[in-house]
Amino acid sequence: MTGGYGAADILHDCTIGVEKGQIAVVVGPNGAGKSTAMKAVFGMLPLRSGQVIFNGEDVTQLKPEDRVLRGMSFVPQNQNVFTSMSVEENLEMGAFIRTDDITDSLNQVYDLFPVLKEKRKQPAGQLSGGQRQQVAVGRALMTQPKVLMLDEPTAGVSPIVMDELFDRIIEIARMGVAILMVEQNAKQALEIADKGFVLVQGHNKFTNSGKALLANQEVRRAFLGG
Amino acid sequence: MKASFFQKHRSVLLFSFMGTLLILVGVFQSWSVALTIFNLCLVSAIMALGVNIQWGYAGLFNVGVMGFAALGGLASVLISMPRVEEAWEVGGFGILAGFLIIVTTVMSCLIIWPKIKKNKRSRYWIIFTLVILGYSGLRIFFDPGVRAIEDVNPSVTGYLGGLGLPILVAWPVGGILAAGVAFVIGKVALGLRSDYLAIATLGISEIIIIIIKNEEWLTRGVKNVNGLPRPVPYEVDLQQAAWFQDWALFLDLPLDDASSLLVKVCYALLFIVVIAVLLWLSETALRSPWGRMMRAIRDNEVAAGAMGKNVTWQHLRVFVIGSAVIGMAGAMLTTLDGQFTPVGYQPLRFTFLIWVMVIIGGSGNNWGAILGGFFIWFFWIEAEPIGLWIIAHLTSSMEPASPIRAHLLEGAAHMRLMTVGIILLVTLRYAPEGLIPEKKRM
Amino acid sequence: MTDLLNAIVLLSNFLIIPGLSYGSQLALGALGVTLVYGVLRFSNFGHGETMSFGAMVTILTTWGLQSIGVSIHPLPTALIAIPVGIIVTIFFTLLIDQTVYKYHRTRKANPVTFLIVSIGVMFFMGGLIRFIIGPGDQIFFDGTRFILKAKEFKELTGLDEGLSLKMTQGVTIITAIIIVAGLFWFLNHTRTGKSMRAYSDNENLALLSGINPRKVVLVTWILVATLATIAGTLYGLDKSFKPFVYMQLLLPIFASAIVGGVGNPVGAIVGGYVIAFSELIMTFAYKKVVLYLAPEGTTVDSLIQLLGTNYKIAVSFIILVIVLIIRPTGIFQGKTL
Repeated sequence: MTGGYGAADILHDCTIGVEKGQIAVVVGPNGAGKSTAMKAVFGMLPLRSGQVIFNGEDVTQLKPEDRVLRGMSFVPQNQNVFTSMSVEENLEMGAFIRTDDITDSLNQVYDLFPVLKEKRKQPAGQLSGGQRQQVAVGRALMTQPKVLMLDEPTAGVSPIVMDELFDRIIEIARMGVAILMVEQNAKQALEIADKGFVLVQGHNKFTNSGKALLANQEVRRAFLGG
Repeated sequence: MKASFFQKHRSVLLFSFMGTLLILVGVFQSWSVALTIFNLCLVSAIMALGVNIQWGYAGLFNVGVMGFAALGGLASVLISMPRVEEAWEVGGFGILAGFLIIVTTVMSCLIIWPKIKKNKRSRYWIIFTLVILGYSGLRIFFDPGVRAIEDVNPSVTGYLGGLGLPILVAWPVGGILAAGVAFVIGKVALGLRSDYLAIATLGISEIIIIIIKNEEWLTRGVKNVNGLPRPVPYEVDLQQAAWFQDWALFLDLPLDDASSLLVKVCYALLFIVVIAVLLWLSETALRSPWGRMMRAIRDNEVAAGAMGKNVTWQHLRVFVIGSAVIGMAGAMLTTLDGQFTPVGYQPLRFTFLIWVMVIIGGSGNNWGAILGGFFIWFFWIEAEPIGLWIIAHLTSSMEPASPIRAHLLEGAAHMRLMTVGIILLVTLRYAPEGLIPEKKRM
Repeated sequence: MTDLLNAIVLLSNFLIIPGLSYGSQLALGALGVTLVYGVLRFSNFGHGETMSFGAMVTILTTWGLQSIGVSIHPLPTALIAIPVGIIVTIFFTLLIDQTVYKYHRTRKANPVTFLIVSIGVMFFMGGLIRFIIGPGDQIFFDGTRFILKAKEFKELTGLDEGLSLKMTQGVTIITAIIIVAGLFWFLNHTRTGKSMRAYSDNENLALLSGINPRKVVLVTWILVATLATIAGTLYGLDKSFKPFVYMQLLLPIFASAIVGGVGNPVGAIVGGYVIAFSELIMTFAYKKVVLYLAPEGTTVDSLIQLLGTNYKIAVSFIILVIVLIIRPTGIFQGKTL
């Protein structure tokens, strides 16, 4: 799967993509257009040129809602849970487009994040930052997506919670979901990445496997602090 | 380029159109009706100007127009009506004592508040107790005074009366009274989000009206105050003056028609002077650095705040000034009516209609507000005859005795609500900037 | 003991029962305002007229039913006319939404623009209603006037004070309970209801979850029209129907919604009762109650009334203004359904 964009302002002909069961991580300095790239892939910004291809199909013209129906799912960076609704209701809303029985997916999410099962009647707004991120990821998983897009899932959580979240993300990928993720914590993220994209000012600066990027001297110096 | 001709002379064309409409009324209905409409158009235009100062200059959503207009009306009564000596004798002490207690209560609350502010648990209770104490004291002195005053010749007076000054004094005083109340309201309510501010001001204006309706010792309440003195001559006096009789003969008009026309023209002249002065002042203000700053604040409050402009203070200032203009217009309206009728203050007519004027005319543009005042008032009055005329024609094929026809003709009176609603909705959709849009100034 | 009972009966008769019934009417009205605010995100000044419109259609239907001799005596005929009122009002509201609000929604107009648009709708509907049914008072109540008469109560209990329960009060309170229960069940236990709450909570995320905004808006207007018709009819049954009164009702309704926390349905209900009871408590003359409770032989020469009855409606405005200034989010921290 590849996606190419050319929104003149922030993104310049950059390409990112991910295959089934893989984790792709987009890193780069602040203002490099990482979040913009994610929004572009999900159809929340109009593309000036380029296309988004999903499962061999061109979805560039589809609205975000329709992309959800095709099997794309997105976890925004901020305000990614329904704060006034309970954890379970959040998950149900994630599965809103499905008409079949959702109990299996619900149990799957609870297995993945056991703490959510405990707190399933609590309003999501009362949870801690890390638990909220779990709800957010859980909600996105409820659509049984083929590709899960995460915009900085570890923003504002403690290092321990971050490691925990990364472990879960690996688990999700093992279930056969493609994961496309933007991360501030470039080093840790690249460690788990099958593929890494370094964006600078909307351009693809480096593209390689996560390990190779970590080994690349230039990338280390410029973006990973040595 | 036809469009550019229209664009260039838009205001002139629209005002001429308005003038033509009024002249048509004069020709087809009567000049007296035309002048009556014209005078009320002028007053409405001033109210619209006041709202435009708040909304167009500063984006303040004040839906309390009615309250300020009523305060202006109250000022006319308090300034111009003769003092009722007897009422002062029997109840003056009670009222003054009550007033003193209110002032003391408010002052002590204000003084004590900073000292107890930190005590989160009991601060409201302390204030509450103070207010209750003050209120009980007030009732003890106030109630007998009020009763005594209201018993003084209730069918004619039953209130304290006014100061017996010329009614023209009431115009600026009405403005000042409204400004004073606006200051207090602004102090507490201007921090609110715009739709909350709207609801708060709507509520406050209702409270003002309820007080005016019920405090008979001050306003005669629903008994109305009739026979306010006039700033212009009376018809009866005119008709007896020799110069006037000659003049009427010269114009070939019956004496009573001529006198009523002249009186209306006199009012119109007075109003035109006021509107000209206000317009000159507000246009000058708009062009001044202050006007520039206000627009900056309106368009981007955060940025203006960051640039060191005191947004709250400027908002308060504009709110007070705009309310003063509305209060003045309220005093003028009561003067024109010659009576003060608290029941007549309805939010539909005194608040929402004025708002429609500003939106239709073009918010942010003074000329627009004035045109909107004229235009909407004209339709408010004329929609009924026009509606009647249309329905009478449409139903002329029906039997004269048909109940449907009768119902429709009866309903024509309500056409104006619908018309104004439709005009507003159409403007918001197709010309959201109004008839005369705000000038883009750099 | 009898004195105490008499005092309680007196309070129930003049304070508690009227408060419950007026409070229910306000609560139903405030729920409509809150739904619009929560989902469509503006203060709907046209809500009073929507209530009036619904009541009007119900009245016209009632007259039609009465003329063909349909009756559910002792209950008022209006109860079986309400469904017609609801359906017509739903259609009318959706028509207004499509022709007026939709345009501004697609342009993502700010809340103040919506508010002004709703003022235009208020004018239009107000005119239409007066055009159809006239500005005067309409009485459409039939059926038995009282469920419990004061005289019967006195005979039954031997107390000096009577307790009466008007049919309209009983109907109002019971209908309100049913409707509110139904609404909460809908919002908390159905897919559509939950999607409405989700949309109200976080519009963006709702879109990302595949919730169809058009459907949410549609359902919201249907609920609003239903609530408005019921509230308007109940108010008209209890007091009387007069188009002008519904415009005046708008402020106490806003007060109820805001006091409870606008956008929060529980808040709207609590707010309705808070406003209703404050109005009554502040303007109730406690003289007789005090006489019953005070020792024998006490004389009271004032009415013991905190505020004159004329100031009844001012109480709600004063509470509204105080709440806006001290705690604009209301009792329940509104914003979302």
